[in-house]
Amino acid sequence: MSPADHLVIAPILLPLLAAAFMLVLSERRRWLKRLISLATLSALAGVAIALLTMVDAPGGAPLAYRLGNWPAPFAITLVVDRLSALMLLLSASIGLCTLFYALARWDRAGPRFHPLFLLLTMGVNGAFLTGDLFNLFVFFEVMLAASYGLALHGSGVERTKASLHYVAINIATSLLFLIGIALIYAVTGTLNMADLAVRVPVLAGQELVLLESGAAILSIAFFVKAGMWPLGFWLTPTYAAAAAPVAATFAIMSKVGIYAIVRLSALAFGPASGLAAGFANEWLMAGGLATMAFGAIGMLAASRLSGIGGSYILLSSGTLLVATGTGSAPVLAGALLYLVSSTLGVCAMYLLIEPVERAADIDREAAQRQSEPVFEDDEPGLLMEEYEAEEEEDEIGIVIPATIALLGSAFIFCALLMAGLPPLSGFIAKFAIIDGMLSGLPAMGTGGWTAIAAILLSGLATLIAMTRAGISLLWVPVDRPQAHLRVVEAMPIALLLALCLALVIGAGPVTRYMKDTAAALHDPGRYAGAVLDPALQPPERRR
Amino acid sequence: MEIILSLAIGIITASGVWLLFRPRTFQLAIGLSLLSYAINLFILAMGRLKMDAPPVVDKVAEANPAAFADPVPQALVLTAIVISFATTALLLVLLLAARGLTGTDHVDGTEKTP
Repeated sequence: MSPADHLVIAPILLPLLAAAFMLVLSERRRWLKRLISLATLSALAGVAIALLTMVDAPGGAPLAYRLGNWPAPFAITLVVDRLSALMLLLSASIGLCTLFYALARWDRAGPRFHPLFLLLTMGVNGAFLTGDLFNLFVFFEVMLAASYGLALHGSGVERTKASLHYVAINIATSLLFLIGIALIYAVTGTLNMADLAVRVPVLAGQELVLLESGAAILSIAFFVKAGMWPLGFWLTPTYAAAAAPVAATFAIMSKVGIYAIVRLSALAFGPASGLAAGFANEWLMAGGLATMAFGAIGMLAASRLSGIGGSYILLSSGTLLVATGTGSAPVLAGALLYLVSSTLGVCAMYLLIEPVERAADIDREAAQRQSEPVFEDDEPGLLMEEYEAEEEEDEIGIVIPATIALLGSAFIFCALLMAGLPPLSGFIAKFAIIDGMLSGLPAMGTGGWTAIAAILLSGLATLIAMTRAGISLLWVPVDRPQAHLRVVEAMPIALLLALCLALVIGAGPVTRYMKDTAAALHDPGRYAGAVLDPALQPPERRR
Repeated sequence: MEIILSLAIGIITASGVWLLFRPRTFQLAIGLSLLSYAINLFILAMGRLKMDAPPVVDKVAEANPAAFADPVPQALVLTAIVISFATTALLLVLLLAARGLTGTDHVDGTEKTP
């Protein structure tokens, strides 16, 4: 193994080590912690780019990393293919931007923000990298455990109430996850996803029924994460109650659910899977459409920006589920671009909420929301004092005369991105999805038309909701106090929007990459060939 | 053996689900714990039930898979136990925090009269 091959495990190891090291540092050494966090996340972005170029090289196969060098499928395997590398890069970019934003003040609202943040990143990265179902569960749990801590960050009654529901739902969901895994193991005798791709096509009869029940129960766990209607009612209140940078980071978590569904439906239930092929596609389609409707209505009904953001996450999950449900490669290519651009867009939107509402002077009660800390910790008093002192300082800030203009343009940018209007990446993504659907229409029937109509109408709903919010927050307040925007807060938003702009400018290569990714997903044999040990594969594999 | 195990899993799951739908946070915690016990048993059962069979293959003897219990579900159960233990502990802390902040042990944080 060359040293470059060990890069595969870096997205898990780096945040784990950094977080473990930070636990022994006192809360007073804030700058050291900030530097470590920033350095780790920058390194993660670098690693993700390196991995992406490695798997995207001409003829580049998925990279498999065997822990302990045990042959697959007997031990733990990490796999990087185009999809994983893309998701790693997305997670690193979002992590870096939200962390930057958190430095403005949120990382002082409670203890141990940085270790939790890095552990969340580790769980998300691990879920993208793992090659077997059980480790997917383990990394889901790592991600969730860190997210419980982060959802409570800043404390307060609202957050505790919302987190209680969030934690209870997710623990129950994890149990369903385990039932699904156990059933799949009972039928196929393997947990390795590449091995599953080899074994599922030969199943028939009762075994097939058991496998499908297992997969259905397993998917409930992913649907809850992705927020599919009617499993997504927890999402909006939790995200609205969480601190701004935390909510922005959570945007990637709902995409982990989508990732797992895309991965499993491609590997185990793709066209090459014999009798199991296309299982649940209609369900994905119907669930996705219902989610889109719920998200669009929620968006129109939302009175605050955080409500719009939460509903938009549901809406984008719905769109992605519908696109996955079509089971066609061109649609999936568009959907992947949509995934990236909508995640970046909603992340920027969550970061924008605070400055915009501060400018409109309606966050007074929101600022008061945080109260005494939940956990007795090292020097909580000190932290809270500093935090409150910082609140006072914020009133001074750096005055940018054109603050409202800046916020306004960022807001319009976000709105265009989320509604999928030209010239931004949201438009290209939606165009690619609809184009793929139109070319595959004969096979899809009425479902295809309904999906196209839903995608267009949901864009309209987004536009209406965002326009209304923009008018009431940015135009209507006339005698507002002088608005303040700190550079640390503005930069990550600008960075996220710049990334979306880069997606448009580089639309050619980006679309090519997404097409290759979707094509590779529809060829599970290649994935399985890269992961499984050829010496252990008899030509005629039988159970 | 099979009938006893399946009855046990069924009864524990039913109790867990019932408790999950109760309005008190303590009932929620116990319900989730019961459910996780049931699911651990379920995972174990998915590796097939076998009496008096070791899960570790003997190096010396002829390796006949039929003579051994499946080690994978046992490893899975161990991991699942650790994880559910940790998340339950976390949930308990949250329950106490919610009780302290809202003054009630209702899962919604308010006592509503129907």
